[in-house]
Amino acid sequence: MTEQPWQVHFKIYRQRSGQKPYIQTLTLAVDPDEYILDAIERIWANHDRTLTYRHACHHSTCGACGMRVNGCEKLACITTIRSVTQNGGNLRIDPLRNFPVVSDLVVDMGDFFLRMNKSGFDSVALSEAACLPYEKPKILMDQAEQVTERLVDCIECGLCISACPAANTDKEYVGPAVLASIQFMYAQNPSQELIDQADHHSGLWRCHSAYECTQVCPSGVDPAWRIMDMRKKVLTDRIKSIFRPRSQEKKNA
Amino acid sequence: MPNQPEANNWPRWFDPRSRSLGTFGFILNRVTALGLTLYLLMHLVALGQLAKGADAYDGFIALVKNPLFKLGELLVIAAGVIHGLNGIRIALNSFGIGVRRQRSTFIALMAVSVLVIAFFAYKMFSEG
Ligand code: SF4
Ligand code: FES
Repeated sequence: MTEQPWQVHFKIYRQRSGQKPYIQTLTLAVDPDEYILDAIERIWANHDRTLTYRHACHHSTCGACGMRVNGCEKLACITTIRSVTQNGGNLRIDPLRNFPVVSDLVVDMGDFFLRMNKSGFDSVALSEAACLPYEKPKILMDQAEQVTERLVDCIECGLCISACPAANTDKEYVGPAVLASIQFMYAQNPSQELIDQADHHSGLWRCHSAYECTQVCPSGVDPAWRIMDMRKKVLTDRIKSIFRPRSQEKKNA
Repeated sequence: MPNQPEANNWPRWFDPRSRSLGTFGFILNRVTALGLTLYLLMHLVALGQLAKGADAYDGFIALVKNPLFKLGELLVIAAGVIHGLNGIRIALNSFGIGVRRQRSTFIALMAVSVLVIAFFAYKMFSEG
């Protein structure tokens, strides 16, 4: 421990399935440099064994520990207490928004995972498929002739969906992570099926450019850039189709 | 308000707590759009006065010379400038242009908006 412990007032959203939610308050002595997930685990271990939350890897890889910390979406396993409050301060913990609450901090992400699957999301891709400059490590560019693979950045944590104002009001909205996945899959292997998943009013065109997805994404996916890139691809395709001879249109269909 | 997506969650659109600059752009665009729509309706009502004869129209014109209406007009100009410039940013972004610089573009365009609105305010209120 680097300094005296901090006293922090935790205010945690509690809800049993179908029951009225309430806020549980408790004050804990914490090391300011410990992670929020560590404090939650201690609350569970020493104070209240009925508290439910998701976690697995504890190093920002599994995407399980997404929650809202003082109103902002964070991975609890990599967010230090110091970065979000102060000695004597409050720490409000809520479940992610825009997903149904199963219990306390656990939300039902089933639909989201199914949509990711439908887009063909794969956690490994060829390095040459990388779109953004920081996705191509320098060393790989120097060895351009070698075929290399990289882990895709999205960890399916759902933070972007929780932060998105469009996802707040439209159940059918495909959502930033899935649109980002569609863009990435399309960049590797363009198909009409992927365009159909994205090019409709609850898809690409539901985004109203608040850029919150990119702001909260803990993994550098930049979903907003990918949504705009996919829009560009769809618009370019539509413009080209005006000038395409009809015979070719039929062939492409 | 329910945690899952619901159409009646829309008041959350206007809550900027814990959100970033992008949300301010989003809120500004919504508020100015609603303001401009309201203005359009009022404008149509005003034009309707024309059909009621010269006296009704003159009475209406006398009413809108009131400084409060002038302030309203300035708000309409402000809404038009902010919505228009912010809209250009969003349209360019939708063609994949300047997406990774959207924050600085927003700040620059809003600075331009302030200058334009200040210019109109000066013109409108200094010339009586
Ligand atoms: S795009 Fe980012 S925020 Fe969204 S699910 Fe993937 S990793 Fe999480
Ligand atoms: S516990 Fe796996 S990402 Fe936080």
